[in-house]
Amino acid sequence: MKTIYTPTPLASHPDEVRIISKRFGHGAQNIDRYIELGGYKAARKALEMQPDDIINEVKASGLRGRGGAGFATGMKWSFIPKQSEAPKYILINGDESEPATCKDRLLVEYDPHAIIEGVIIAGLAVGAKLGFIYLRGEYRYLLEIMEKAVADAYVKGFLGNSIFGSGREFNILTHTGAGAYEVGEESALMESLEGKRGLPRLKPPFPAIKGLYGGPTVINNVETIATVPPIILNGGKWYVSFGPNEKNGGTRLTCLTGHFNKPGVYELPLGYPSKKMIYEVGGGIPNGRKLKALVPGGSSTFLLNQEEAESATMDYDWFARRGEFLGSGGVVAIDDQTCMVKVALRIMKFYQHESCGWCIPCREGTDWLKKTLTRFHDGGGVNKDIDQMLYLANNMAGRTFCALGDAAAFPTISIVKKWRQEFEEHLDGKPCPFEPVSREMAIA
Amino acid sequence: MADVTITVDGKKVTAPAGTLLIEACKSAGVEVPAFCYYPGLSVQGACRMCLVRIEKMPKLQTACTVPITDGMIVITATPEVHQARKATVEILLGNHPLDCPVCDAGGECELQDMTFAYGAAESQYMESKQHKEEQQWSPVVFFDRPRCILCYRCVRVCGEGMDVWALGVQNRGVASLIAPNKQDHLECEECGMCIDICPVGALTSGAYRYKTRPWEMNHVGTICTHCADGCKTTLGVRRSKGGMEIVRGDNRDKSGINGDFLCIKGRYAFDFANSDDRITQPLVRRDGKLMAVSWEQAIDHVANRFKQIRDSQGGGAIGVIGSNRTTNEENYLLQKFARSILGTNNIDHHQTADYPAFAKAVAGKQNITATLREVTTAPAVLLIGNDPTEQHPLLAWNLRTNVRIHNGRIYIVNSGDIKLRRQARAYAQVPMDGGESLMVRYLGGDDSVASQLQSSSLSRDLLREFRDKVKGEKELIIVFGSELRGDDVFRLVKWGSAQSAKFICLGDYSNSRGAADMGLYPHLLPGFTPVSSNSAFAQEYGSLMPGQAGLDIQGMFSAAKSGKLGALYIVGSNPVARYNIDPFALKNTCIVVQDLFLTETATIAEVFLPAANAYEKAGTYSNTYGDLQLLKKAGDLAGVRTDFELIVRIADRMGADVHKLVPFGKGIRADMGQSRGAQSGEADQHLVWLSARNLEPKLSPFDPEALLDEIQRLVPGYNFSRLNLFSGGDVHTLAPEFSSISQPSSPESIVPANDTLFTSGTLGRYSNTLNSVIENRQATTVEAQIPAD
Repeated sequence: MKTIYTPTPLASHPDEVRIISKRFGHGAQNIDRYIELGGYKAARKALEMQPDDIINEVKASGLRGRGGAGFATGMKWSFIPKQSEAPKYILINGDESEPATCKDRLLVEYDPHAIIEGVIIAGLAVGAKLGFIYLRGEYRYLLEIMEKAVADAYVKGFLGNSIFGSGREFNILTHTGAGAYEVGEESALMESLEGKRGLPRLKPPFPAIKGLYGGPTVINNVETIATVPPIILNGGKWYVSFGPNEKNGGTRLTCLTGHFNKPGVYELPLGYPSKKMIYEVGGGIPNGRKLKALVPGGSSTFLLNQEEAESATMDYDWFARRGEFLGSGGVVAIDDQTCMVKVALRIMKFYQHESCGWCIPCREGTDWLKKTLTRFHDGGGVNKDIDQMLYLANNMAGRTFCALGDAAAFPTISIVKKWRQEFEEHLDGKPCPFEPVSREMAIA
Repeated sequence: MADVTITVDGKKVTAPAGTLLIEACKSAGVEVPAFCYYPGLSVQGACRMCLVRIEKMPKLQTACTVPITDGMIVITATPEVHQARKATVEILLGNHPLDCPVCDAGGECELQDMTFAYGAAESQYMESKQHKEEQQWSPVVFFDRPRCILCYRCVRVCGEGMDVWALGVQNRGVASLIAPNKQDHLECEECGMCIDICPVGALTSGAYRYKTRPWEMNHVGTICTHCADGCKTTLGVRRSKGGMEIVRGDNRDKSGINGDFLCIKGRYAFDFANSDDRITQPLVRRDGKLMAVSWEQAIDHVANRFKQIRDSQGGGAIGVIGSNRTTNEENYLLQKFARSILGTNNIDHHQTADYPAFAKAVAGKQNITATLREVTTAPAVLLIGNDPTEQHPLLAWNLRTNVRIHNGRIYIVNSGDIKLRRQARAYAQVPMDGGESLMVRYLGGDDSVASQLQSSSLSRDLLREFRDKVKGEKELIIVFGSELRGDDVFRLVKWGSAQSAKFICLGDYSNSRGAADMGLYPHLLPGFTPVSSNSAFAQEYGSLMPGQAGLDIQGMFSAAKSGKLGALYIVGSNPVARYNIDPFALKNTCIVVQDLFLTETATIAEVFLPAANAYEKAGTYSNTYGDLQLLKKAGDLAGVRTDFELIVRIADRMGADVHKLVPFGKGIRADMGQSRGAQSGEADQHLVWLSARNLEPKLSPFDPEALLDEIQRLVPGYNFSRLNLFSGGDVHTLAPEFSSISQPSSPESIVPANDTLFTSGTLGRYSNTLNSVIENRQATTVEAQIPAD
């Protein structure tokens, strides 16, 4: 079945620093155009470099994983053993499923060769000869673009038995998932790619030692890997300078969704003030309403209230200091006419649906949270439910097999704690105070 | 690996580095609860019950996934850990139906135990529980989805343990469920391991479900009476109107040579014991019909006939056929009775392996036989012939475990495509009918047979590679089936012992090795001692015992046909069916049958004496590996007598000196589990009989232990320590230390039973469970064929 493809509209703002989004809308899907715009220079440069120098350049850039966990990319590459009997692999995680996150899809859509180039460089850095680009099942319509780009790269000789005529071998395979959020977890991604149930693996061994098909494997997010070519081309120091410090280097694609006047994907430097992001880049909250809550980086992060949202800076450190997470770049503004119980419910519905079912706390916990929140929102809540929900979420956090349990627990914990009063307003059979507005938002 | 020391709740524990923390805790006496963790199966980390606090780790850790490292400090007894476990139990109970009062697992349920330990007294949820209807997956496996806690033990034991892979997981999240491999039913070996390993009552057995409460049963650990592996099985026994009823078999305490393994026969096929077809009254033929008589009448009849025939025609006119399922003591007693009282060497049994040849080949060699346990850890095993998956399920399990956990190398020579091929390092598929024998010659260096062994799947290079690999093995166990007999066995042992291999000879029934060891041969006394030799037996058995070999089974039937056999005493055997004997050939012979059922042989008997089965008596069994184990009595069936008692009673009535036959009266009455059954009225019966004869009621002549001294004293290889045996362990009997064994019996006298996983000779025919599985498989096969047409 052929999917009808409509290009995603692009947004822009003067504060943007366009490093990875600079080719968006310039026809870079076409390999010749990509080369015209400076493409594949970094890969050629990397071919002349020593593997350790490539890794050191990435280390110096302060680049951290853009999928949400924020692990230092250069460090991750350096964990791959130099000598290995089993083949090494590069695996690109394009299972972009974190709610509110829609950046990788733009990269695949508008700049697929940047991903390919990044994979080649990663392969040269760690000594891998095969890379996999795994797209989420729902991105099947982007697969054609990705596959064409890979095919074009083969035709040009950028991939294959002798890349860029160097005599060195590198191949790329593409794959799509079957539509499971859990597969965005790196070990479940490998299981899925190997054709098994998308369940997380036990760690250790970590993928860098024993990953895909038992070989040492680098797993990077699409955005992370697309950032590698400009770093190689311009140097780590150049890249890190865009962020506030060496641990928060560069820029990232920030997806503004929810109650923004100007939603869209913007490339903002790390450390960008959240207040400016909300009111200037995102154009503020529509309909003259006020901001009530902000999801800082995908639904798995702790929600911020208005005060916190207006004082935050969008970098890893600000959140880490609070024991929270910057997340995946999916920023959701929630206005003051939105029912937070319903927000919690909507988020929990997602996790309940997506829990793989492997471990007990997540499988049963998300289900009971969803059931309780549903009843609560429908007016059937009793006072002890509020603490019971916190209890359930607290017993999931930190105790599940993979991070999905945490991801499901954190938003619930922060919502119940910060907006407990709204929960109390639902008690005793009272109708939801926000119901008409919430319905308009069609959040459920 | 090097040992490391960790601290668990303040206690120091030393264990090899890499040991899983949960196991290290266990050795420190600290129990860490777990649903999904199961020793020997792959690690899951799914249930999160084994969370513990490890110093310097930010989060609680699962003890089942963490290998210990030196200096690790672990705390399990903290409110935080307790709370985490409690929360897990609470959340499981959220959807778990609280039908414990009727659930099979009630009382032995791990979820109940965890609830008891961690407390989850209040229900916090208002929503209704998820319900799903119960499903039947096979004649023995039922699945109750709501009770399932998804620990994946069943999936793993079926896949990793059994290599059957009949179970998997369907759907995801809270909708996940265990599902069979063929839409709605299982196509598997029906071993019931999944049911046994289920921590809750989600998987239940068709044979046991809703029959009883666990605490209503007596639990008797005894030995399975089916194949020759000798698995320990714990029988759940209840009183019933006929005496006792066995309702369950398992081995949850993992004692015995099989750990928790049992196949379908060990787990379910005890049900022949309560078959409606059991005969519980002695029968004597009157006017051409078998009529019920009293025990006194029946024994009198038999004794008079035997005495009269012996005295008029000599002992040579009487034949005796023993059993592969009676105990060592009974077998010993039977041949002693035959030789010293009936005065005949016409004694044989259904031979399923060439044990005499094996005994002669290994005679006098040290460390030459392997135990069944050793197969699990041996670095290499060579299997020649046989299909252990069907015929020796525990051996197959041990071989799989070896490959999976101990990285053992399995080499297989077989004429078929047996399932264990999947575990084999190298597989030589040899021609049918004699291929194994040729292979033995080839292994021994005879290249001239290579051309006969070669086939499209076995090139000359592969053959040579196979031989080189096996020859390179320094610690090899060689296991061979009844395909190898006579000279092949000698050749194999000669070749293998040159590289210090150990050997295992496979026979077919629970005590076929015991029957051989105890001398149920026309030419061999116990311990494979030739009848013609001037042995200790000759001196003790008295003057009636002939010095020459007697008739074997075929010889006896020929003699009967020509009218030279006056009486045939058949104990626990069905030769008429097994050897396809024409019943009319026996019309002039007085047939006395001791058995459970009216078999083909029993229907032509003059006297039928209803006997107890292995679960209704005590004694010892030797499995085919030579591992001796204690049989404990599970209970009585009213109306039947043990073969031991019957032989003694017949001898007594013939006027023989019972004291000489069974040296009882000495020693202490340390029973061999005789009185531990559900009903122990047996002791009183003995007392009445003994006092009527002015005998000392210390060690009864019906107590098999009274013979054990003599067996240990006289039978080569059986001079073992009793301590381990009486404490429920297994002892390996040694190879006889002399080599004067006579020539083996003729290869034609060996008739393999060819049982499958679902058959077990006569007993199997009376097992409802085995029959229902066979019928079900036939039905499924027919169904499966329809769409193909």
